[in-house]
Amino acid sequence: MIVVNTETIAGYVVTETKGLVQGNTIRAKHLGRDFAAGLKNLVGGELRGYTELLVESRRQALERMLAQAEQLGANAVVNVRFTTSAITQGAAELYAYGTAVIVEAQQ
Amino acid sequence: MALFWFQILPILFLLALAFTIGGVVERAHFRRIEQRERELGDIQRTDVRTLPAGADAELCGLVTGEVVIASDYFKTFVANFRKMIGGNLRTYESLMDRARREALLRMLDEARQKGANYVANVRFASSNIGSGSNTKRRRFAAMVEMYAYGTAYQLADVGRGAA
Repeated sequence: MIVVNTETIAGYVVTETKGLVQGNTIRAKHLGRDFAAGLKNLVGGELRGYTELLVESRRQALERMLAQAEQLGANAVVNVRFTTSAITQGAAELYAYGTAVIVEAQQ
Repeated sequence: MALFWFQILPILFLLALAFTIGGVVERAHFRRIEQRERELGDIQRTDVRTLPAGADAELCGLVTGEVVIASDYFKTFVANFRKMIGGNLRTYESLMDRARREALLRMLDEARQKGANYVANVRFASSNIGSGSNTKRRRFAAMVEMYAYGTAYQLADVGRGAA
């Protein structure tokens, strides 16, 4: 499945538009109990645990979006966008959405 | 009198620790960022959706880079005072700069792995994930998550200017 964040793909032409597809994950952080993060808060720097959590969440949101696209019979998702919303203290939603289409390689 | 110093000293110690170690960590990070920017400088990146006119392009797909960075205690302390007065929070500007450049570099790393030399329609998104729980409010510094994503292509001739 082709995934891009542009509307058109160079070298391909969109033959059919299937519709809007989406995927999201909601993740929570337990900052108060995370000793390593507390230490990092003292000296600063990258929080690798949270970065991995973010990577995993993004991958899951994309997967859910692609599953929807497959159900619609598409072979590509264009104009993918990601947004993050803080829901409550310590919980955030990662939302991915795009347009599922059928593309063919340009002759 | 002694009790007063007893309370103040731990905070001063933590501030000094955060200032020195935090400063070292930050400068080391910036040095690594600059070095990787030189290495990945040949990959062109734009935030426009269209490719250069007449480009011979092969799609490599969506590429993303993400990072979560926390500020240090000293910066948070200083920023808390600055917030009372208002104005530029210069201490946090370097935090955002670090996060943005790191996220972009990770995205370019993935593009390089896919054999791309051009990334179109680069977008950034960020959100604050710090100061969630309020158990020890002062202790929790600003933490920002930043991600960058774009569409990577392998262009036959990268020399031409962007559209």
